[in-house]
Amino acid sequence: MKSLGVRAGLLSVLLFVAFCALWQIAVTPSASTGPALDPEYAKLMGISTVGAKSAMPGPLDVAAKLWDNLKRPFYDNGPNDKGLGLQLLYSIGRVFIGYGLAVLVAVPVGFLIGMSPLAYRALDPFIQVLKPISPLAWMPLALYTIKDSALSAIFVIFICSVWPMLLNTAFGVGAVRKEWLNVARTLEVGPWRRAFTVILPAAAPTILTGMRISIGIAWLVIVAAEMLVGGTGIGYFVWNEWNNLSIANVIVGILLIGVVGMVLDLILARLQKRVTFPE
Amino acid sequence: MSMFSNPFSLKSKLGRCLCGRHATPEEHASAERAAGLGDEARYRDVVASGLMRALFPNDMKRRAFLKAVGASTAAAALATFFPLDAATEAFAATGKPEKTDLKVGFIPITCATPIIMAHPMGFYTKHGLNVEVVKTAGWAVIRDKTINKEYDAAHMLAPMPLAISQGLGSNPIPFVTAAIENINGQSFTLGIKHKDKMDVKSWKGLKFAIPYDFSMHNYLLRYLLAENGIDPDTDVQLRVVPPPEMVANLRAENIDGFLAPDNIAQRAVFDGVGFIHSLSKTMWDGHPCCAFAASREFITTMPNTYAALLRAIIDATGYASKAENRKAIAEAIAPPAYLNAPVTVLEQVLVGKFADGLGNIKDDPRRIDFDPFPWESFAVWMLTQMKRWGQIKGEVDYASVANQVFLATDAAKVMTEMGLTPPATTSKSFSVMGKVFDPAKPAEYVASFAIKRS
Repeated sequence: MKSLGVRAGLLSVLLFVAFCALWQIAVTPSASTGPALDPEYAKLMGISTVGAKSAMPGPLDVAAKLWDNLKRPFYDNGPNDKGLGLQLLYSIGRVFIGYGLAVLVAVPVGFLIGMSPLAYRALDPFIQVLKPISPLAWMPLALYTIKDSALSAIFVIFICSVWPMLLNTAFGVGAVRKEWLNVARTLEVGPWRRAFTVILPAAAPTILTGMRISIGIAWLVIVAAEMLVGGTGIGYFVWNEWNNLSIANVIVGILLIGVVGMVLDLILARLQKRVTFPE
Repeated sequence: MSMFSNPFSLKSKLGRCLCGRHATPEEHASAERAAGLGDEARYRDVVASGLMRALFPNDMKRRAFLKAVGASTAAAALATFFPLDAATEAFAATGKPEKTDLKVGFIPITCATPIIMAHPMGFYTKHGLNVEVVKTAGWAVIRDKTINKEYDAAHMLAPMPLAISQGLGSNPIPFVTAAIENINGQSFTLGIKHKDKMDVKSWKGLKFAIPYDFSMHNYLLRYLLAENGIDPDTDVQLRVVPPPEMVANLRAENIDGFLAPDNIAQRAVFDGVGFIHSLSKTMWDGHPCCAFAASREFITTMPNTYAALLRAIIDATGYASKAENRKAIAEAIAPPAYLNAPVTVLEQVLVGKFADGLGNIKDDPRRIDFDPFPWESFAVWMLTQMKRWGQIKGEVDYASVANQVFLATDAAKVMTEMGLTPPATTSKSFSVMGKVFDPAKPAEYVASFAIKRS
């Protein structure tokens, strides 16, 4: 088992190195630089057009930029220029507020819906219609009605992450084994106790699955929302560097978005493991 | 420009110069010399010139007096019986702003130069304000954030306050254009593969990006196309793309060209993606582009804040209009917090010596220029184009809308207070591609075009 882990790790490293090598080769410019430019004209032009360098950064450029950004993650040069660490914190903060609100709403409401098959059937079409709507489609509506861009971003995270949790909670609660409920009934357990000691533990793994799907969605949404409203956050960072056509910085942003998304997912995976029980 | 004329000079005339804007060569020279002086000296001159005017209502007599005693004696004599310094101080200190912590939104383009540079170069603090300038993602967002009062004032395209006030593309909310930011400074840019399409008539079937529906870019591009026999609604595709995203789209060949602020066009050249076909000033030299805008509610509830803000903007615009300051400005607005662009690109825009993307170096110091005065006739022209392209349905009272939205009188007042010489009128005639526009006859102007939607 251990040797499999080691071998897998080795293979991962190998793949990474091969990928970087291919990348480096792809961006290395060919030897011929075309017709020589008037030096005065060349001074006014970008380095990529003069033929000295490809417009696409190589892995070393990206690594250098990454190091640059990681060296001082928390600098703050006013509202339009903050360190990457601060930007990530802003994004994570936004996600937690929006996602937290979604949990507070989706789990209890999902619980109620799950206990009543009638409500489940009646609400299902609405949920199915609202679930696939993109955050970018909600944004103009949110900006127009809420009249506050920060709240709008949080609202969009809320509205996009609430549905999977709601559905999964309702499904999990509805799918609790009849036998367990019947046992509870014969033991004359009250409704509150039944909800908390029988249904909740039984449905917890499904609820956590919903929460795990939702945190992924919330993290996807935050980047899109911040690109749209701007101001702060990792999405704004990517947008700002896109304006500057600094592809190296955009790649750094993409890497960090991936890493944070993975960490968030891992946390919920751990939680899920803790509530899952063997049958 | 006789903004900074010295009242103790024989050569300068006191009061408004005859044409308002265009002064005699000597006056122009003296203004440039005087511009080297600090504010203190300028305010002092304003106060002194008021005093001299009161003492000698007749300009001939003032000059005779100066000739007889000499300028320095005259200044000393005045100072003995009038506390010039105290008066200067009183003049400089105006009503205390109701609110000093302000938020002003901007789009990262060189059109916003005065609004942006006023922050790093201290024009806001000089006028007693603590302004935070906030970069914004697009025109619709800046509109919504200003309407929602997240921003106290904002950088907008000059036609936007007209559109918002009339409820085009949003609920009607009275907005104003307090000052024009820049004149000229836009470029028709095509992708590098369209090198052979120098003749506008060959642009049929191309896809162009414009920053916003209610923009001078939209109206100028449509005008240019229509004058060349291309119907902008049926023969080409016009697409709204936020300026910062245009170069990326041009690189992806998602669009064939755009009319955009010069820093975007220059960036396309810098990256070898496009070339500059022509500057917008070849169509209409001195056309307005962006505006410093606020809601009418803001300027009526906080008149002193508005006045201080307008003073800062006009001050910054005046500074930016001087060729010798442009290099320093390019460096001040290049960092990530502001435009986030290479200094070389911004310098080529602001200084005017630029590569056109086809291997030529061009030199045009007035490629972009800065003049704060919100001419009402500018507004009337924009309204005629809104009418021409069907953005305005039904009748429009050109003169009264222009008068309510473009606050030429307010700007003139603030300019006078600051010791600058505003134009004597609020309307002027100009010509676009050789066709004269008479602001008094807007309806006839609209009717005179062959290609139109109304």
